[in-house]
Amino acid sequence: MTRLSPQNLLLRGYVVLVFVFVFTPIITSFVFSVNSDRFPTIPLGHFTTHWYETIFSDPDIWEAFQVSALVSVSVAILATFIGFCTAYTDYRYNFTGKALYLSLALLPPTIPLVIMGLAMLALLARINMSGQIHSIVVSHVVLCAPFAMAVVRMRLAQINPDLEPAAWNLGASPWRAMREVIIPFCRPAIASAFCLTAAVSFDEFAVAWFVSGLNKTVPVVILEILQGNTDPQINAIGSIVFAISMSLVVIAQLIFFRKTSAPTTTGI
Amino acid sequence: MPIVIWQLVFFVFPLIFLVVISFWLVKNYRMVPGLDTVNWTKMYSKGYFWDTYWRTLAYAMIATITTTILAFPCSFALAFKVSATLRRWALFFLIVPFFTSYLVRIYSWQIFLNDNGIFNRMFDYIGLGPFHLLNNFFGTLVGYLTLCLPLAVVLQLISLANVDRNLIEAAHNLGCGRLKTVFLVIVPLAKIGIILGAAFTFILSFGDFVSPYYLGGSKPPTLSILIIDTTKSGQQWPRAAVVAVTMIITLLTIMFASVSAAYRKKP
Repeated sequence: MTRLSPQNLLLRGYVVLVFVFVFTPIITSFVFSVNSDRFPTIPLGHFTTHWYETIFSDPDIWEAFQVSALVSVSVAILATFIGFCTAYTDYRYNFTGKALYLSLALLPPTIPLVIMGLAMLALLARINMSGQIHSIVVSHVVLCAPFAMAVVRMRLAQINPDLEPAAWNLGASPWRAMREVIIPFCRPAIASAFCLTAAVSFDEFAVAWFVSGLNKTVPVVILEILQGNTDPQINAIGSIVFAISMSLVVIAQLIFFRKTSAPTTTGI
Repeated sequence: MPIVIWQLVFFVFPLIFLVVISFWLVKNYRMVPGLDTVNWTKMYSKGYFWDTYWRTLAYAMIATITTTILAFPCSFALAFKVSATLRRWALFFLIVPFFTSYLVRIYSWQIFLNDNGIFNRMFDYIGLGPFHLLNNFFGTLVGYLTLCLPLAVVLQLISLANVDRNLIEAAHNLGCGRLKTVFLVIVPLAKIGIILGAAFTFILSFGDFVSPYYLGGSKPPTLSILIIDTTKSGQQWPRAAVVAVTMIITLLTIMFASVSAAYRKKP
């Protein structure tokens, strides 16, 4: 089907170029995380694990990883729960003001993070809630819930809409129908949403930087290294963060795609 | 309806609060509630503020146009010229960058672009340069592209993949040339994705502070750098709020315009 005419060849070359542009910085950061030069450039220095040793012996970075882990897990639980409820409401009910409701649910990603950071800081400082771990959690849930909602909503679009009323007719209470029909059906989407929101929260730096105070997350530490004495530690931290985020995303994908094709007769 | 409550409390309310504090005053480094337009008049009467505003707007516009144009051939090729399997993999790999640290990617570009960096070393081997690639708008633009290009390609690709192939064939059968088909048939059919991609590029680059700061050298600043400087050094939260509210109004206007353009029915 694909004849390789000159235009097509050119187009393919262009696609490769775009991917090179997108992946160059990612791969570079891996390469320089194990390279000895203090100021990285070519030709490369020799192989070293020095930067990894530096960060592993730095208590501040350990602490940041703990804060990040705590934040992203809490955010994932809350954001997935809220995202699920929103998606279900959108799926099941029609009501006046629904457009407003949906735009409220989906708008946060369009507000620049700096502004969200400032607004959060101003409000939380006013009610004496800024500078703590839960201030980061609260802000991140706002940012992440829309993603969870989108993932769950896509899954709900695949369910047979008669399934739940059927359960009601057979005498299941709304709560029981929810527990035995909807939730099992959505389980892969819920798991994906969980991993996805955890990954988004784990990488977010702008809002966290504004509201975190002394409880720095990993990206905030990266930001501060970038502002001060830049050195290849950043690459080492970045590579670890990347490994963690990517595992979460790959797990999410695997769960989502493995279960999506399964038959839809669970629980009846 | 937990999301309504949550979003009201932690999303809408902070933004409203932002508008409110833009009328407050700062006395002895503390904010005092009030209803004074002094922050607005002070900020709006500064030439510096307007310079920054128009500069940020121009940066975001250039980023939007560049990204859209650079993304289109790529998403076009992925939509029409490769197998479905390859397309799925491409989509997966385009999503990967969202889960790498943006900060780390920007640092990587510093390694490439600085005066003694990888690009200048390469230019040196062939007897060119050095070129100043960092701390100017070129650097900033590289950063914006890093942030926006994958997203723009994904959004365009989704729209292009849904274009009805029969319409394209019909155009060909009716004697419409290749390029003409692309611009008169395919682009209008994929309008939603192209406009959404452009809109998100605009939103992201308008609000981003990392690229103009770490690749553009922070001087001259953009609005988000202005917000950070005003907040972090001066404790002048009300003035930062003025900048923020101005930004939100600008973004809402642009978003409204682009969404209505995207979903407008043909007359």
